[in-house]
Amino acid sequence: MAGQMVEIRWHARGGQGAKTAAMFLAESVLDKGKFGQGFPEYGPERRGAPMRGYTRISDTPVRRHCMIEHPGIVIVLDPSLLDSPAAGVTAGTGKDTVFLVNTTETPAFIRKKLGVDGATVHTVDATGIALDAIGRPIPNMPMIGALLAVNDMMTVDDLNASLVKQLGSKFSQKVIEGNVAAVERANKELVSE
Amino acid sequence: MEQKLVALSGNEAVAYAFKQAKPHVAAAFPITPQTEMMHKYAEFVANGESTTEMILVESEHSAMSAAVGSAAAGARTFTATSSAGFALMWEVVYIAASLRLPICMGMVNRALSGNINIHCDHSDSMGGRDAGWIHLFSENAQEAYDNGIMAWRIAEHMDVRLPAMVNYDGFIISHTADALKMLPDDAAYDFIGKYKHAYTLLDPENPITVGPLDLTDYYFEHKASQLAAYDKVPGVVQKVSEEFGAMTGRTYDFCEEYKMDDAEMVMVILGSSAGTAKDVIDEYREKGVKVGLLKIRMFRPFPVEYIAGKLAGRKAVAILDRSAVFGGQGGPVFIEIRSAMYGQQVPLFNYIYGLGGRDFDLHQVETVINDLQKVAAGEEPKQISLLGIRS
Repeated sequence: MAGQMVEIRWHARGGQGAKTAAMFLAESVLDKGKFGQGFPEYGPERRGAPMRGYTRISDTPVRRHCMIEHPGIVIVLDPSLLDSPAAGVTAGTGKDTVFLVNTTETPAFIRKKLGVDGATVHTVDATGIALDAIGRPIPNMPMIGALLAVNDMMTVDDLNASLVKQLGSKFSQKVIEGNVAAVERANKELVSE
Repeated sequence: MEQKLVALSGNEAVAYAFKQAKPHVAAAFPITPQTEMMHKYAEFVANGESTTEMILVESEHSAMSAAVGSAAAGARTFTATSSAGFALMWEVVYIAASLRLPICMGMVNRALSGNINIHCDHSDSMGGRDAGWIHLFSENAQEAYDNGIMAWRIAEHMDVRLPAMVNYDGFIISHTADALKMLPDDAAYDFIGKYKHAYTLLDPENPITVGPLDLTDYYFEHKASQLAAYDKVPGVVQKVSEEFGAMTGRTYDFCEEYKMDDAEMVMVILGSSAGTAKDVIDEYREKGVKVGLLKIRMFRPFPVEYIAGKLAGRKAVAILDRSAVFGGQGGPVFIEIRSAMYGQQVPLFNYIYGLGGRDFDLHQVETVINDLQKVAAGEEPKQISLLGIRS
């Protein structure tokens, strides 16, 4: 029997790092004794095209390999997707869904815009934070930092250790440090109402 | 044994498994429909982590041809492909098996054109099911990795000497990060063993002829010896799987049985869909519905008696095919099983599902189990249905 499972859907545009984030998160939780599965939805691969990613986190091995139909958490990396019915940000969601949106708007504004009365909406300016801390508008890692403010799958320190471990060989020390700083800021600056 | 827990895509997992065999040669077409498996492997070579000689060629037909030349010369050799790439290899796929060359191949199962599609189904490898290769299927990245280790031992066994493909579902497994345990390099290589060739083209003291004209005089006898070699595969698969299980704690056989002991109703399935089915089977089990799963790992050679034995006496059996046979009587798995079950009075029926990557979701599993219950209660099954089709 499947244990407690968190199902996350990522909405982004190609190039914003949603695929990396979805798969990175799945690997990061292994050190916490949890099991992860991460995958993007593949279609035409173009920078800027709307895309989705998926992550499952569970206490027991994840066996199912279907799409996530009813996500517990929806993470929106690009606020312009909120205006796109084709992006399907609210598809399969309900009152129990938690939305985490990268935006400078307030949760109340986003809730109204999405038409999700009663759902929990958190916002954070992940792009602004990424520009400040990393120097590039890649909001994926700060959004994971923000996610850890609403879910205790691991701590911010765990995430940062994972960042160094998984990405240390691919990116410069400066980029890693920037991401660590961005994660910590986003974790603190998440707005909830 | 200490095994490292990692999260890798199926492609990365198979690339690591193949690297651990220390192959001498990899021949590959480096452009789509090639997958990240070869991309990852090329990275190993470029980074100096592998001494495999990469031969990058201009088509899959050439990739398999180069692999055949390399294996005939006496080198441990692999390639990888997917979808239309496999179709383009076609002629040489038969030659690899006919020459008894133990080439291993990563086979990322994806749909064939047309229309153009990049997603998972089993049409590609199923088209080559009679070509004389060993076909192992994998449910997840762990199984793709494990099959990627065991394939060498099976293919290279001196009684077998046949090529083997490790099948894993395109995108669903190939591009999904999944948790798996990996063997240390030394342990993996010790298990696989140093390559021994049966014959080599490069030994002037013992000259041999490979692939000559073979007409009405001896072609038939050579096919007979190939058929006889194929019969040796199941015993070797079981022996290698037992050894692997003793080393890793992960046991494999021709099939995996899930909740089969008292199952009145059975789903038969290949690949990643098995995991999704298991989750739903658990829910029905809690309600007291006696349903189980038979997941086929070795599709070629097809374990006829084994499967017939597992399905004997069940009240209803649903067989799921992720490929269609045009003008045939159901999908390839159904055709095999119905033939294996000849003479038995077990109601069997077939679904064609998931073509072109259509998501195999929890509702589809529910549909299958609900249909199984009706058939187990005496209703006449519809022989062949399309599952998950838009109405």
